[in-house]
Amino acid sequence: MLEKALVGSKKYWIWVLFLLSIIFIGFLCYLYQFKVGLGITGMSRDVSWGFYIANFTFLVGVAASAVMVVLPYYWHDYKEFGRITILGEFLAVAAVTMCILFVFVDLGQPMRVLNVLRFLSPRSIMFYDVIVLSVYLLLNLLCGWTVLHAEYKGTKYPSWLKPFIYLAIIWAPSIHIVTAFLYQGLPGRHYWLTAIMAPKFLASAFSSGPALIVIVALLLKKVANFDPGKKAMETLSKIVIYAFILFVLFYLFEIFTAFYSGIHTHQVSFKYLFVGMEKHAEWAPFMWAAVILAVIAILFLAIPALRKNETTLALGCIAVFFSCWLEKGAGLIVGGYTPTPFETITPYRPTLPEIGITLGVWATGFLIMTILYKIALEVKTSHELIVKYEGVLYKK
Amino acid sequence: MAIKRRSFLKLTGLTLLGSTLSTIIGNLLTRGEVKAKGYTQSPEALVGKRWVMVIDVKKCKEGRSTCGAKCIEACHTLHNVPLISDIKKEIKWIWEDTFEHAFPEQTEKYLEELFHGTPFLLLCNHCDNPPCVRVCPTKATFKNEEGIVMMDFHRCIGCRFCMAACPFGARSFNWFDPRPYIKKVNPEYPTRMKGVVEKCLFCYERLAQGKLPVCVEACPEKALIFGDLADENSEVNKILRERVALRRKAELGTKPSVFYLMS
Repeated sequence: MLEKALVGSKKYWIWVLFLLSIIFIGFLCYLYQFKVGLGITGMSRDVSWGFYIANFTFLVGVAASAVMVVLPYYWHDYKEFGRITILGEFLAVAAVTMCILFVFVDLGQPMRVLNVLRFLSPRSIMFYDVIVLSVYLLLNLLCGWTVLHAEYKGTKYPSWLKPFIYLAIIWAPSIHIVTAFLYQGLPGRHYWLTAIMAPKFLASAFSSGPALIVIVALLLKKVANFDPGKKAMETLSKIVIYAFILFVLFYLFEIFTAFYSGIHTHQVSFKYLFVGMEKHAEWAPFMWAAVILAVIAILFLAIPALRKNETTLALGCIAVFFSCWLEKGAGLIVGGYTPTPFETITPYRPTLPEIGITLGVWATGFLIMTILYKIALEVKTSHELIVKYEGVLYKK
Repeated sequence: MAIKRRSFLKLTGLTLLGSTLSTIIGNLLTRGEVKAKGYTQSPEALVGKRWVMVIDVKKCKEGRSTCGAKCIEACHTLHNVPLISDIKKEIKWIWEDTFEHAFPEQTEKYLEELFHGTPFLLLCNHCDNPPCVRVCPTKATFKNEEGIVMMDFHRCIGCRFCMAACPFGARSFNWFDPRPYIKKVNPEYPTRMKGVVEKCLFCYERLAQGKLPVCVEACPEKALIFGDLADENSEVNKILRERVALRRKAELGTKPSVFYLMS
C-alpha cells in the first residue's frame, strides 16, 4: 500500500516538502545541541525540564485519545465511526513517534539511551512508560495497517486481529495514566502532587486529540474530497466538548483545594502562573490565553447550533487544542518547577534552537501522519465513486 | 539448496526475537545488576551503616567572617566541580544560602529575623528514603550499603528525572562540557562530561581511605560533624540526643541525613 504515498497532487508534494524543510532545520538545531549540550536550551538547574517534556506529555494524550474513535466503533459497533477509526489509529502512531523523539532529544547522553533496557529499573515509572508507549505504538500500527490492508484487498480483517484491537483499546488510557504518574508521585513538587493529575490528563487528552481529528477531517474534506460523515463529526464533537468541560472542571477543583484550604505551598504555582510572583510573570499571558481559548471553546462547542456549523466547529476545536496545549505545554512543567525548592523564581524561556528542534519533531509527526492518512484515504476512496461538482461532493 | 527470502526473513526475525527475549529475561533474573566479585575494605577504611552530617549553624555563623567558606572551596577543588558564573547552568555540590531558602516552609517572621545573616550550608541530604533513587530509570543513582546516595556518571543518560524528584534542589546537570570551567584539574578525581547529573557523594572515596569528608576536614570551626547514625555511641548520636536539630522538609518523608543544629 505504501506506493499510494508516492503519487500525489502538486499540493501534496508542496506540503511534504514544506514539512521536510522544517524537519531539516530541526535536525540542524539538534546537531548543534548534540555537539554543545543541552545548555543551548532555556532549561536551567532549577527548571530542568522544559518544552521537550511538555510536548511529550501533551502528545501522549493525543496518542491515547485515538481510543475515543476506536472504542465506539469496535466495542459498541458504532458504524458511523467506520471512516475515521483509521484516522484515530494513525494519529496515535504519529503522536507516539513524536513522544519518543521528544524524550530522545531531551536526553543529556542520547548515545546511552539503551541503558534503560540494559539496567531495567522496575521501581522507576519511566520503566513502565517505556513499556506502555512502545507497545501502544506497535498495537496501533498493527491494527490500523492490517484493517486497512484488508480493506485494500476488499476483504474483512482477519479474526486473529480482534484480541489486538481490544487490547489496544484497554491499553490506550494506560499510556496517559502512567505518564501522569511520572509527575504525581514526586515529593516536593506541589503543583504535580495531586491525585487528580491522571484523570485531568485523560480529560484534556480526550478533548484535544479528537479535536485534532475533527480539524484534520474537516481539512481533508476540503483538500482531499474525503467525507468523514456528518453523523461521525457530530458525535466526535460531542465527545470533544464533554471531555473538555470535564478537564476545565478538574482544573477548577485543583484551584478550589489549593485556595480554600489556604495551604501556601499548594497555591504558589498557580499564583506564579496566573498573576506572577516577585516581579516574574513570564507565563501569565499564556495561561490567560488558555483561559480565553477555553471560554471560546465552550461557547462554540456547547451551543448546538454553533457546534453543527462547520466553521464554528473548526474554530471551537482549534480553541480546545491550543487551550489544552497551553495548559500542558506552558503551565504543567513550568508550574511544577516554579517556585523552586528554595521558593525562589528562576524564569524559563525556550531558546530559538530549542523551538527549532521542537518544530522539527512536530513536523516529523505531521509527515508520518500525512503519509499514513494519504494511504488510508486512497484506499478508502478507491472503492467508491466521488464526484466534486461546483464545490459539492457527490458520493455513490 | 538456495534459501528462500521468506524463510530467511523468518529466521532473522526469530533470531532477533530470541536474543531480545533472552536479554530481557536475563536482565530480569539478575535485576540488571552485575555481581561484583567479593571485595574487602582496606583496613584503614571508615565503615558505617548510615553516614550522616550534623551542621552546627551557630559555629558556622561565628566563623564565617574569617573562614572564607573553606568547606565549599575544598570540596569543589577536590571534586573538579566547574565554576560556571551563569546561575541557570551552574554546578554545585555544597553551597550556602539563607534560612528562608533552606527552610522555606518555616515562614515564621521571628525565626527569619533570628536567623537573618546566618549562613546555611546546603548539600545532598543523602536521604534514607531517596526519591531520586526511586525514579532513576537506569539505576545510575543508587543508595550504597553505607547509606550514601551514589552516582554512576558513566551510566547516567541525562534524563534529569532525579532532579525533578529531589525536593532539595541538590542536583546539578552538566548543560555544557564542564572541563573548560575547571580552573585546575585534580587528577585524583574524575571530571565529568556534558549531559550527566552530579551532586555531593559524601566523599565516599575518602571514607574508603579512612579520611573524613573534605568539607568536614576543611572547616576551621569544626562546625561540621560526620558520623554513623547507626552506631549508638557515635559522636553524632550524642549531639543529636542533646541538642535541637532540624532536617530540611522532614515532612516529605525522605528522611534526610543532614541535620542542622539550631540552638
